[in-house]
Amino acid sequence: MPKILQASEILGGLTKSNHKVLVVLQWSGGNDGLNTIIPTQNDIYYKTRPTIALKPQDTLRLQDDVGLNPHLPFLKTLYDEGNLAILNNVGYENPNRSHFRSMDIWQSASKSNQIWQTGWIGRFLDKNTSIAQQNLALEVDDTLSLALKGQTEKALASLDLKQLYKNTQQSYLKAINQIHHQHHEKPVDYLYQTMASTLQQVDYLYKNSHIIQQHTSYPSTTLGKSLKAISSLILSDVETKIYYVSVGSFDTHNNQNKRQELLFKQINDALQSFVSDLKANDRFQDVMIFTFSEFGRRVAQNASNGTDHGTANNMFFISSGLHQQGLLNDMPDLSKLIEGDLIYQVDFKSVYATLLDRWLGTDHRPILKATYPLLSFI
Amino acid sequence: MNEMISNINEQHYHLLRRAGFGVQAKQVAHLADYTPRALYEKIGTASSNSFRPLHVVNREALERTTKQAKLTNNRKMINQFHQDHIRRLTIDWLDEMANSEAPLREKLALFWHGHFACRVNNSLHQEILLNTIRQHALGSFKVLLQAVSKTAAMLAFLNNQQNKKTKPNENFAREVMELFTMGIGHYTEQDIKEAARAFTGWSYNAQGAFLFRQRVHDDGSKTVLGHRGTFTGDDVLNILIEQRATAYYISKKLYQYLVNDKINQEHVQWLANRFYDSEYHIQQLLHDIFTSNWFYDQEHIGALIKSPVELTTGIRRILPMEIQNEATQILLQRLLGQWLFNPPNVAGWPGGKAWIDSSSLMLRLRLPQLIRDNEQITLRPKSNDDLDMGLTAKGKRNRYQIMAHVDWSSWLQIFADIPADQLLTQIGKALLPTMPEPKQLQLVAKSAHRSQAGSAVESYTLAIMGLPEYQMC
Repeated sequence: MPKILQASEILGGLTKSNHKVLVVLQWSGGNDGLNTIIPTQNDIYYKTRPTIALKPQDTLRLQDDVGLNPHLPFLKTLYDEGNLAILNNVGYENPNRSHFRSMDIWQSASKSNQIWQTGWIGRFLDKNTSIAQQNLALEVDDTLSLALKGQTEKALASLDLKQLYKNTQQSYLKAINQIHHQHHEKPVDYLYQTMASTLQQVDYLYKNSHIIQQHTSYPSTTLGKSLKAISSLILSDVETKIYYVSVGSFDTHNNQNKRQELLFKQINDALQSFVSDLKANDRFQDVMIFTFSEFGRRVAQNASNGTDHGTANNMFFISSGLHQQGLLNDMPDLSKLIEGDLIYQVDFKSVYATLLDRWLGTDHRPILKATYPLLSFI
Repeated sequence: MNEMISNINEQHYHLLRRAGFGVQAKQVAHLADYTPRALYEKIGTASSNSFRPLHVVNREALERTTKQAKLTNNRKMINQFHQDHIRRLTIDWLDEMANSEAPLREKLALFWHGHFACRVNNSLHQEILLNTIRQHALGSFKVLLQAVSKTAAMLAFLNNQQNKKTKPNENFAREVMELFTMGIGHYTEQDIKEAARAFTGWSYNAQGAFLFRQRVHDDGSKTVLGHRGTFTGDDVLNILIEQRATAYYISKKLYQYLVNDKINQEHVQWLANRFYDSEYHIQQLLHDIFTSNWFYDQEHIGALIKSPVELTTGIRRILPMEIQNEATQILLQRLLGQWLFNPPNVAGWPGGKAWIDSSSLMLRLRLPQLIRDNEQITLRPKSNDDLDMGLTAKGKRNRYQIMAHVDWSSWLQIFADIPADQLLTQIGKALLPTMPEPKQLQLVAKSAHRSQAGSAVESYTLAIMGLPEYQMC
């Protein structure tokens, strides 16, 4: 039994499904969903994309009329094993086509006309962080995304734990921090608190990260290294519940297929190592990986063999703990568009709500500041 | 010199940190000649007379590049032109903040830059908006609001080009009420709809100048906040200025920027009333803040967290430096979370505690050492897909250095006669709003001794700048 379960059963906090871990894989730049999950029998798809459409025989067949991008063969394996779910037509009301604005909407989980300065995982931290659980989320990057910033709590961001650990050891920060007496009424105390929790988290995570000897080899890409680091922490049973990592850029205005191939290969290979590692250590059923992009792309291609910013998109869910597998809903209806864009059918906040309630075992309502219908794939 | 420093009290430093970006090294010798109040009058007068526009965009070059980009269907070329020029504009503005004898203007311009948040990749439009904001930073808020609302940058950013009689777009009207004037809760959705109709036809020409398109303007009757008439956009702005909620909203926000994040209701209300009665005279409001006795209350000293720009500008005012690779400053802004001309959203930078997370804090504390040691930064900021257009692949970790030649002379001179055992305390007093505990200072001294390069003053100064207390304002 994972260590964390025992600890929190005594101390309260997240209870129901405590050994569950969530890995968010952000596809930055707006991935083209229609060339990811391909409607291989759809005339509109082939008519509107004369040079970039993928022919049925070039895709990996999922169903008679649905193919997977050929550069994601490992996802096809997961699909065949029943460890993959695909949700189509995910988006939100009044979609925004600016990268940074739409990413803000996804990361904060606000409505399109609301500006929120905290992220959905950040508010999860606000709700669930306690003295017993201070390391609930980690972003594998040099800077922290809005998604992981809460009102009072913020996740740690580190692309290279070893380097960060070395930095904190060399400096005299530790000593300075030990001497400082927290007054809690002085504004500078917030900085000392942040410093203290950073030192504590880096120390805790770094020391745990090499307890388990990893036998699986990973590709030497940034994503490969990031997933290797995440796996080392999951296998060590650290208390971290959410890992956040991003890859991109998917902003394929020209020569789309080449760019998508490059990124998909990186993702495919890194995921293959990651999942093998989890399987070998019997943890795949406890880990849920999901992917998202800030928007999908337009149905019709542009003049530069690319696609421009669109709206609704598909999401992948990867775990051996899925309740529903395969295609969870219908493929997009290409005959019903708004100004050439797909119409969303599933609010992405329902996806978050489902993950929070059913995977992480925490009430989504205070975190998303609304009640959303739950989906049944978990 | 020893005596001179001890005559400067913490009020001088507090005022200089808040009404600007902190003391300049060469200023220290003359500080004791002024009472804090007289010092404020001096700063206020200097800043009110000082406007000089920043120009980086050559309009002919822009026209040429635009034409060529169109001919060759090369979107990247024109994007690159704008990115390069916005970078130049940022660096020139930072230089102005660091070197200006009138820092209050730039301090307020930085406030308005966040208040009128705007993110468009058009260097000409951004240059015009910045100069509009800098020109009116200390003048009338009414004039400032009118001028900003008519800039191409803002009209483009808030989609007013698409706001037409036949198909109104409410974005501009909404943000003007929610973010620029009254704040949420003082208007209805119906007010926004009606106000949006008044702004139909507000547009701009190819040179970035305001243009009223009569053909798409809705000249019918509108009802806004209880007033009824065939309003134009100007009429609506006047109605918003007549609202006391606007005076309160601006006063409160400026109080939080200049005094304390936690507001004192009584003081803010007093400021708002006087601001309204002065017909929105910004300098009057600043005078009220900086000459009030409560401004110097202990609870306000060191109560604010410096923004990244305030932090780096403050260092440059103490240690004048020639930065050889100026663009590193932009990298620092991105890593620390305040990338000028790229606010996170229409509401600007949230500020306060939002500046601080584990990554940004660790980099802030390392920053002074980076200046001296030419140590490399291997951190990588988040990608920006709006600017990159998918043209750069994320992946490579570039190494950056701050290559700067620091002129220590003025700063060294100040401490020339200070006995060694008092040096650390005296430097601390000049740099920190609140002093760390004595034991912590001893540690600072120890760590400074370990890094051998330079004199004791240099080592102490950089070590003190690396303390959490130095992040406070």
